[in-house]
Amino acid sequence: MTAEAEQVDEGRRHFLLVATTVTGVVGAVATAVPFLASWRPSVRAQALGAPVEVDIGKLELGAMMKVEWRGQAIYIVHRTPEMVANLPANDARLRDPKSEESDQPAYAKNEIRSIKPEYLVLVGVCTHLGCAPLSRFQAADPELGADWPGGFYCPCHGSKFDLAGRVLKDVPAPLNLRVPPYRYLADTRIQIGADSGAA
Amino acid sequence: MSTHQGDIYDRTGSRLNAFRAWIDARFPLTKMFNEHAGEYYAPKNFNFWYYFGSLALLVLVLQIVTGIFLTMNYKPSANDAFASVEYIMRDVDWGWLIRYMHSTGASMFFIVVYLHMFRGLMYGSYKYPRELLWIFGMFIYLCLMAEAFFGYLLPWGNMSYWGAQVITSLFGAIPYVGNALLEWIRGDYYISDVTLNRFFALHVVALPLALVFLVVAHILALHEVGSNNPDGIEIKKLKGADGHPVDGIQFHPFYTVKDLVGVVVFLMVFAGIIFFAPTMGGYFLEHANFDPADRLQTPEHIAPVWYFTPFYAILRAVPNKLMGVALMGLAVVSFFFLPWLDRGKVKSIRYRGWLYKFFLFEFAISFVALGFLGMQPATPAYTKAAQIFSVLYFAFFILMPWYTSADKTKPVPERVTYHAH
Repeated sequence: MTAEAEQVDEGRRHFLLVATTVTGVVGAVATAVPFLASWRPSVRAQALGAPVEVDIGKLELGAMMKVEWRGQAIYIVHRTPEMVANLPANDARLRDPKSEESDQPAYAKNEIRSIKPEYLVLVGVCTHLGCAPLSRFQAADPELGADWPGGFYCPCHGSKFDLAGRVLKDVPAPLNLRVPPYRYLADTRIQIGADSGAA
Repeated sequence: MSTHQGDIYDRTGSRLNAFRAWIDARFPLTKMFNEHAGEYYAPKNFNFWYYFGSLALLVLVLQIVTGIFLTMNYKPSANDAFASVEYIMRDVDWGWLIRYMHSTGASMFFIVVYLHMFRGLMYGSYKYPRELLWIFGMFIYLCLMAEAFFGYLLPWGNMSYWGAQVITSLFGAIPYVGNALLEWIRGDYYISDVTLNRFFALHVVALPLALVFLVVAHILALHEVGSNNPDGIEIKKLKGADGHPVDGIQFHPFYTVKDLVGVVVFLMVFAGIIFFAPTMGGYFLEHANFDPADRLQTPEHIAPVWYFTPFYAILRAVPNKLMGVALMGLAVVSFFFLPWLDRGKVKSIRYRGWLYKFFLFEFAISFVALGFLGMQPATPAYTKAAQIFSVLYFAFFILMPWYTSADKTKPVPERVTYHAH
């Protein structure tokens, strides 16, 4: 064997080391993708999360109904004209009165947080840690004090929301209750989980 | 104790020794036994507090064995889970015993681990050269918390359901990616059959594997650096003519026998709970969990099992979601940094000044107080108290570099304090 053959080509060795390492890492990352992606909602879960239709014609004035969409309770409230009229008075006590930071479709990003003022549609999941807020529509509810404006109260950690699902100040929930995408199929039929883009 | 191949027959003529030699030539059985037990020298002044490491190992084995038998009858699906647990409790022979051993074992695991950790705080067991040993231990603790959380969903009771709802929601607090992350973790738009199934996989396969691996790493690191002791003295510094620490004794038989006493007492307590108070008045198994999961009905009062309540109280004490989650995480993660926060020159509380004693005491009080507050409804008065105790809790960590270096320490003796019995 000649001396030249025993000579180690350091540059070549370094290049091969880096090239194989990089290729190996890329391969490992690419292999991890299917495993991580398998945790996403499956096609079946997505299909079960399809929009639901609700008849709200029988919902009495001042009453609330719950329907289920994607395993979550959807609250539909038939607000009285007084309930709607009293909403602006709450603004000073709210964290996000104009719903600037909260999560809702564009057509519900208003003070009444709905398409039609009388029907409020909300996801009944507290924006704090996901408990189900209770309906306490009566203003000055004896449990909640004389200054209670009427709305929703979360029993888990005491978050409070008004009758547009807007969060009060100084409670743990950071944002207003979510409004799901929904649309009116007829005067008293709504579809939850789908919208036509605009109201 | 070292065996030499070849002369084994001449020396003893015993078939058993010959068999051992046959193995030793192919696998380091005797070598490993000696390294980790027969010739592992542990300080001779271990006290009561040194029971809890071996007890934690015992509970790990109990949990694995009972867990394997539970999986034989449990069904990880939203339709069958609750009924299959009731089936285990009522119809499977001795099923109630196996299940109560597992559920009680979870609480006992945290009791012995919390006492084990407190021992570390008292005697400075996390300090040089045991930083990595401490970090492995903390990873074991994290794994244990994850294991307890995933396991708690499996009975599919209403508290299981809403507990998982609340804890997974914590990830929703992360800005921007929160909601996508939440769907990814749950595998659905809510806690569903999909979530239950994957939590089951994590609970029975992934995390136990990680736990066992970490426990091995924890013990290997311990046997590499040697055990600390109530005096915080490095016994390796003073070796006798035989090359072994003069203040050390072989782990086997001296400490295996001592630990056996601990095991007997522990099993008496354990059996007492299983037979006479398996739910511990709602502290080990919460009452609301005897109702099946109902995703439209939150229980009146959501509280995690007792071992999570100190952190839960910190979460609730902060009137801001993201900050609450961040502080709760920090409350756990802070332990990792102890080896570097502690600037004290001595390890053991025996030779520290009153400053460290004061802060350790107020920390222990806050931990217990937060644990109590985390179980109570969040009334304004309790919230205020939780805020005060949270501040005290973090003061232990934040002020540690100051009070450990300012503390007036006592001289540490050359030899361990020890009275022969």
